[in-house]
Amino acid sequence: MIGQGKAWKFGNDVDTDLIIPARYLNTSEPSALAQHCMEDADPTFPNKVGEGDIIVAGKNFGCGSSREHAPIAIKAAGVACVIAGSFARIFYRNALNIGLPIFESPEAAEKIQEGDLLEVNEASGQITNLTRKETYQAVPFPPFMQELIKAGGLVAYVAGKGEQ
Amino acid sequence: MGMTITEKILAAHAGLEEVVSGQLINAKLDMVLANDVTAPVSIREFPKLGKASVFDKSKVALVPDHFAPNKDIQSAEQTKIMRDFARKHEIENYFEIGQMGIEHCLLPEQGLTLPGDCIIGADSHTCTYGAVGAFATGVGSTDLAAALATGQAWFRVPESLKFHLFGDLQAWVGGKDLILYIIGKIGVDGARYQAMEFTGETITNLSMDNRFTICNMAIEAGAKNGIIAPDAKTLEYVNARAKRDYKVYQSDANAKYLQVFEIDAATIEPQIAFPHLPENTRSVKEATHVKLDQVVIGSCTNGRLEDLRAAANVLKGKKVHREIRLLVFPGTQQIYRNALAEGIIDALVEAGAAVSTPTCGPCLGGHMGILAKGERALATTNRNFVGRMGHPESEVYLSNPVVAAASAILGRIASPEEVR
Repeated sequence: MIGQGKAWKFGNDVDTDLIIPARYLNTSEPSALAQHCMEDADPTFPNKVGEGDIIVAGKNFGCGSSREHAPIAIKAAGVACVIAGSFARIFYRNALNIGLPIFESPEAAEKIQEGDLLEVNEASGQITNLTRKETYQAVPFPPFMQELIKAGGLVAYVAGKGEQ
Repeated sequence: MGMTITEKILAAHAGLEEVVSGQLINAKLDMVLANDVTAPVSIREFPKLGKASVFDKSKVALVPDHFAPNKDIQSAEQTKIMRDFARKHEIENYFEIGQMGIEHCLLPEQGLTLPGDCIIGADSHTCTYGAVGAFATGVGSTDLAAALATGQAWFRVPESLKFHLFGDLQAWVGGKDLILYIIGKIGVDGARYQAMEFTGETITNLSMDNRFTICNMAIEAGAKNGIIAPDAKTLEYVNARAKRDYKVYQSDANAKYLQVFEIDAATIEPQIAFPHLPENTRSVKEATHVKLDQVVIGSCTNGRLEDLRAAANVLKGKKVHREIRLLVFPGTQQIYRNALAEGIIDALVEAGAAVSTPTCGPCLGGHMGILAKGERALATTNRNFVGRMGHPESEVYLSNPVVAAASAILGRIASPEEVR
């Protein structure tokens, strides 16, 4: 279960240059990347985003470059998960591989407004909007993928399996 | 049931007779690529995978092209992580500055991407290699780390979209205009998760350089890969470069496509993508009011010899507008040398262009031509996202090389017709 988090709303086709501009890619340190997360979409975002907050966006979130720095920056900024109408392919894979939970729900993407308080059930894929008293359904990940995300991503998951 | 070329390549690399779209497979890889931005993240993860060495040191390519020659101390440190890794693991295809080129120009030129290959790269424009009839797709650094260790990757077999292009091209129209036109029609997520297969007489008549441009930008429609089945031109290109065997695949006549697009290419005019998405396309005629500060010719999209030659032919004997900075980036050292030998570089420099060593440079706002607040550039690159070439309040327009050259002369977006 992802705890309660405040929604930060973005539009369609949020590209990876908006998530983390290339001018900051001369480092791969998560904490350094977090300081510039979503900066070109909203320069105040890195300062106002709080631990456990949730990014909500429209279709094709994470389009563009393959930079894994994008989900790394989001995760390191304290964002608990991303809810979007749809995700670009490489971002989708990268987010899971580094253990950033993501949920696809066009209905949630449309109805959630900035500042809404949300609660997400990872196991069932149910998104509860506590502010508007609505629920939305995202397709939940199969158990192995939930385990992978919980482990912190693919590498930690594979390494953990090896030790068992 | 027939299979597409994409399905056939994936089936062969998964050791299966047949695959269908939607199927999850584990495939063997022929080439695994990373650059100075993406490799350091993979290299940090690699030791955690418990492998002492990479799966095959001849099947890994590491190219310092994004922020190299290094723009600052931090990027120098990142590149050093990759260089040290390449030396430690005796990576055969590590290209030092001086041999380096922009990765997606360099690898095909070196014969490292061949028909029928299954390739991943930690760079979204890895889809470029579809132009030689390979399956090639971009991944992130963690997938790449796993591939460095195992030589394998899992894929969901994509549905295929077929783009059948017919008709002769108008003057000043090339591969860039065809792909921009298609992205304008289907949108930046119009091929999300899918394979884009390009066929028809228009494609057959195109040179390899133009085909690379088309497959390069498949990602800008959200595609997993772009692909053009090999023909006589492909084989001539790869046979001059290949150092190993390869296999040619063709789509079956009864292969299944999610959708088939019939495109009359004769109606397509030179295209401009307006800020801030590649899908915002218009004909060049509708863009001639746009005043510019900078023009960039180069990148993995349009930094090949034909691109430079076409631009030089427009600029020859003319001068770059006094309020324009024209920056030219040859894709590889070999392209640079060929352009020198042909007099292309001389014509460009005489016109007033600044010619650089190969690098991704300003395409992703790295270095070598960053825009200030409010400035506007026309570029032959692939993305015009917010802040892509510098300040978040700067603008990037996309075009082909001849439109870029004409625009550099007139100081605004212009058709080559206007400077003849």
